[in-house]
Amino acid sequence: MLKNYFKIAIAVLKRRKFFTFVSLFGISFTLTILMVTTAFMDKVLSPDYPDLKRERSLYVSSMEYKNTKEGWMNRSDVSYYFFSHYVSTLKNVDKMAISSNPKASNAYVNNKKIVIAYKYTNADYWNVLEYRFLAGKPFSQKEIDNADKVAVISEETRKAYFGDASNVIGRYISADNVNYRVIGVVANVSKTVNSLSGDMYLPYTVSTSDYNKPDLMGPYNAVLLAKSKADVPKMQKEFQQMMRRVPIPKDFDRVYSNADPFFSSMTRRIAGDGANNGKTRVVTIMSIFVLLFLLLPTINLVNINVTRIMERSSEIGVRKAFGASSKTLVYQFIVENMILTFLGGIIGIILSLLAIYLINGANVISNMRLSMNLTVLFYSFIACVFFGLISGVYPAWRMSKLNVVKALKAQ
Amino acid sequence: MIRLQNIKKVYRTDTVETLAINGINLDIAKGEFLSIMGPSGCGKSTLLNIMGLLDEPSKGNIQIDSQDISSYSDQKLAKFRNEKLGFIFQSYHLINDLQVLDNVELPLLYRNSSAKERKRLATEALEKVGLSNRLKHFPTQLSGGQRQRVAIARAIVGNPQIILADEPTGNLDSAMGNEIMDILINLNKNEGTTIVMVTHDENMAHKTHRLVRLFDGSQVQ
Ligand SMILES: Nc1ncnc2c1ncn2[C@@H]1O[C@H](COP(=O)(O)OP(=O)(O)O)[C@@H](O)[C@H]1O
Ligand SMILES: [Mg+2]
Repeated sequence: MLKNYFKIAIAVLKRRKFFTFVSLFGISFTLTILMVTTAFMDKVLSPDYPDLKRERSLYVSSMEYKNTKEGWMNRSDVSYYFFSHYVSTLKNVDKMAISSNPKASNAYVNNKKIVIAYKYTNADYWNVLEYRFLAGKPFSQKEIDNADKVAVISEETRKAYFGDASNVIGRYISADNVNYRVIGVVANVSKTVNSLSGDMYLPYTVSTSDYNKPDLMGPYNAVLLAKSKADVPKMQKEFQQMMRRVPIPKDFDRVYSNADPFFSSMTRRIAGDGANNGKTRVVTIMSIFVLLFLLLPTINLVNINVTRIMERSSEIGVRKAFGASSKTLVYQFIVENMILTFLGGIIGIILSLLAIYLINGANVISNMRLSMNLTVLFYSFIACVFFGLISGVYPAWRMSKLNVVKALKAQ
Repeated sequence: MIRLQNIKKVYRTDTVETLAINGINLDIAKGEFLSIMGPSGCGKSTLLNIMGLLDEPSKGNIQIDSQDISSYSDQKLAKFRNEKLGFIFQSYHLINDLQVLDNVELPLLYRNSSAKERKRLATEALEKVGLSNRLKHFPTQLSGGQRQRVAIARAIVGNPQIILADEPTGNLDSAMGNEIMDILINLNKNEGTTIVMVTHDENMAHKTHRLVRLFDGSQVQ
């Protein structure tokens, strides 16, 4: 039976080559975009090198002042002082990785300028985050206390600055005319791990700005690590209680800072503010977007299918006359449609693999390596079934309702 | 075998109401070969479709093989058609996307039979109509007479007790028409199949056991 459906499905597809091409193109193109997007989302959202303890972590990345009467608002990254003075007192924070936003500095190699993005970090930064050291080691508390001009650089920077030199530990790298002694080399971090990627990491004590200035706003952000996953909600609560004790700057009547789980920290940045983490908003907008995106080729398919059915009325009439019930016909048509969508799905997967290969090859986002994993395949399978069912059910129902005599006359 | 009692059929469209069949009573015996004649538009096809359970009468009662099918569900009707009835149409109604063999196998798809069994029966049916050398052809590669023979093979493959043929020779020249007619006559003689045939050709009609003439939806002979 299935083999017969397959035969007729392929024959029908071959007969209307243009329609088949349009449907297959619609399905596979949509799936390709969905798959690449899913691969990207998966890359961004699931724990990725070096931020592998996301389940135990909360992220603090913004400070917001508000004057609710006047409607003023001021938002920025966070000061070092805020972390050392307030957050470090929290009992549930086991360790805290503090780092500044990457800043560009200029270095010269053979009279050629290269840009090095550097970050200031504390010592625990290297304990919370799992950087892979290819050579040397991170700086310690002692080097921080001494404000030693030492640097941990990325593999990419080593290549750009030192070329193919095999051992660079102990050599000096000059950025913005300051010499730093290289003490470690780490594997590259994907740009998608936004707040942690950089070309060079320095002790925060070598920073020229006053990191102890008692301001709440500054250039830093932090990853707070709890002892266990179970402690994370406690840590979040403790952080919120602490915020009530933080003095409100003058000219304002509210101050917000949040310790968010990873996903909320992203949505807050995109669609939220100090009071709202933006999660519902982002999820809603994304769902609507995906639905609309899936709906367009589905409507196109429904349309094509209805036309096809009218062309096939003689076949439908014959099948009914020779013993096919309406139910059998609906089943046949949905199977045929599934064959079409899964064909589109297979093409979509091939196109996605190609797209991912090209994106990775072109290094579109610095050091990001997308991959096609089971999650991505699973979602595209779901999308295929969605296509096949939604675009098949209505035309199949129309078909099964055709009156046999009329169907046979139509030719 | 087939009993029609006071069958009426009215077609309603937005503007007109057509009385296509007006009170027909007909008893067709098992093994009988009956032909129906009448001018175009007098209701021959409508009557045949009602006998074939493809269309419902507006009024009246049908019994086939002593079963009252008026209360049958879609599913049950489909099964009944599949097992008891075979159709032959004037314009063949073969599925052009399928090869001859697949076309003939079609009725068997809707009952429990294995692929091997289907192939065997379909090949046998095609042998009976003299087309065993065209199994892999597509309908569009055949002549009209050959197509109608494929259609006959499809109608008889499931071994039905009744064959309903609506102008089976209407699109064919007289030589090919006679070939088709011979096949039907042999089928009726050798297998005892009950056949009801609509025709425009007096010669064909006279080769059957009984002739019914319709005029404006009523039986006149
Ligand atoms: N679906 C329909 N809707 C309206 N009128 C119809 C329909 N089918 C047939 N008729 C009318 O019913 C009458 C009988 O048609 P039909 O049985 O096809 O005649 P025949 O087969 O004898 O030429 C004709 O007048 C025709 O116009
Ligand atoms: Mg007719």
